[in-house]
Amino acid sequence: MATFKIKRYNPEKQAEPYFEDFDLDIPAGSTLLDCINLIKWTQDGSLTYRMSCRSAICGSCAVKANGHAVLACQKQAASLLKKDGTIQIEPLGNMKPIKDLAVDFTPFWDKINKVKPYLQTHDNVPEKERKQSPEQFKLIDDSSTCIMCGACYSDCNVLEVDDNFLGPAALAKAQRFVGDSRDGKTLERVTELSEPGGIWDCTHCGECVERCPKPAEPFYRIKEIMAVALEQGVHNNNGARHALSFAKSIKHSGRLNENQIPVESVGYFNIKGLIELIPIGLRMLLKRKIPPIIHKSIDDVQDVKRIFKELDQ
Amino acid sequence: MKFALFTGCVSQGATRELMVSTRKAAEGLGIEFVEMKSAACCGAGVLSEKSAILADALNARTFAIAEKQGLDLVTICSTCQGVLKKTECNIKSDPEYKKKINHILNEGGHQYDGTKSRIKHFANILATEEGMKLLKEKIKKPLTGLKVAAFYGCYVLRPSGLSDYENPDDPTGMEEIFEALGATPVYYPSRTKCCGFPIVMMNKKASLEMAGNALVDAIESGADCVVTGCPLCHLNLDSYQPEIEKMLQKKYSIPILHLPQLVALALGYTPKELDMDKHIVSTSRIKRKLVAAG
Repeated sequence: MATFKIKRYNPEKQAEPYFEDFDLDIPAGSTLLDCINLIKWTQDGSLTYRMSCRSAICGSCAVKANGHAVLACQKQAASLLKKDGTIQIEPLGNMKPIKDLAVDFTPFWDKINKVKPYLQTHDNVPEKERKQSPEQFKLIDDSSTCIMCGACYSDCNVLEVDDNFLGPAALAKAQRFVGDSRDGKTLERVTELSEPGGIWDCTHCGECVERCPKPAEPFYRIKEIMAVALEQGVHNNNGARHALSFAKSIKHSGRLNENQIPVESVGYFNIKGLIELIPIGLRMLLKRKIPPIIHKSIDDVQDVKRIFKELDQ
Repeated sequence: MKFALFTGCVSQGATRELMVSTRKAAEGLGIEFVEMKSAACCGAGVLSEKSAILADALNARTFAIAEKQGLDLVTICSTCQGVLKKTECNIKSDPEYKKKINHILNEGGHQYDGTKSRIKHFANILATEEGMKLLKEKIKKPLTGLKVAAFYGCYVLRPSGLSDYENPDDPTGMEEIFEALGATPVYYPSRTKCCGFPIVMMNKKASLEMAGNALVDAIESGADCVVTGCPLCHLNLDSYQPEIEKMLQKKYSIPILHLPQLVALALGYTPKELDMDKHIVSTSRIKRKLVAAG
């Protein structure tokens, strides 16, 4: 017998969500969604959640299980059973609950729409179809698999503190078009995506890769957009300057010059940004934590320089 | 035990106390670390923003150096660990890519085989049967009564396929080490979260709020200190702590230690020998607590 601790919420009846326990024998081979369905059908018909295809295609049934977003129809219930015989089920994070496990996806869709999730083709209209080679399609194959279930959005560490971040799903969707050989607005797209709240606000926590039930894995798609943004010369922001400074430092000495990178990231002419670096600089100076002023190279740095050159970097 | 030590850049720069304490911990445990002086920066997941193949080539060069030394490679930074594992995965999963990478390395006299050297974080060489036995054998001053909160660092946990922890969503390796050292582990929800450091230059407010939430969580869970296996986490949690306090308008402070510092304390080294006086947040309460516990 397993105990499903399900977060309940009905704003018409309670001010705050609460947990309710449902005991259920998990039938062999059943998914988490099968169990939630059984609870609804046999114990409490008022339990509210989204579901449809039961085949990990529609993306409706994502919930949090034991604190992490999962697609309920894709997860074997028994695999979630904790040592104490419970499974904790909550609505997705970073979105407001509407009722029980159903959350308001409005900000999620707003952000998807913000990245213009449609092809903006080149002006030269071909006589027949716009063809893509298998190699060209490979660049957008992974992001095309997104089923917009919201699992990545739910567990994104940046969204927990900053609503302005576009978030992993919208950025993965953006890569779907940034990387599309048929799209004619690449520069415009990466310029917009380099604004605050865009690609450079991703904190590398990897939660989106871990929660994604498909190969879309947004963090890696975000990095692909970053590479395009840098290649297209969209450098006028801290994220791009940071990446360029990083590369420059490694090319020069094989390692990071931590005194130079913060300054180059905010930009030599960004007085406000430079002033903001003063408190941390002073604190570190007082504790003798400032990295060595004379920046030493690694042994055999010539080989590192050679590799940069060989790859045209 | 003998390993090739991939020091990473930050332990040579802004957190030199990590390098000092790593040497002491190794000395106390009788582990031999051979420093990889010609290994380049792992790229910290940032170099690959510019060019993925460039980052992979430099890291494959690092692996080739460890292979030539005939040693497993040990990292003392969660970010280095995760980034190196990602390169290893990229290369191992694609034989054509491996050929291309080796072609690039060839002129420098390096070849990456892929079977001769494993990549392990310092925590993961200790959180093994052999490591635990060694810790228990070498401890001189058990950290009795010290309540320690682990802060893992994202890159050693996610993606889970690249992690050495059995259950990266609920890891126990660091806490097992704390117990072996005689300390009391504190479990709190933020221990597997992001410290926010990667965006401190891009979105400082969000970055410091992430760090602040984790610190509040650790404090409210009753921890005396936070211990991390990642010097980048250390920078955000320690060096920025005064700014975090100001931003969250909360008066608190909690010392942040590097894992090798905690290990070396139990091996009998003094806080001074481990450069614990070079932290931004005072570590004196740890010393007091240990003195009080005898």
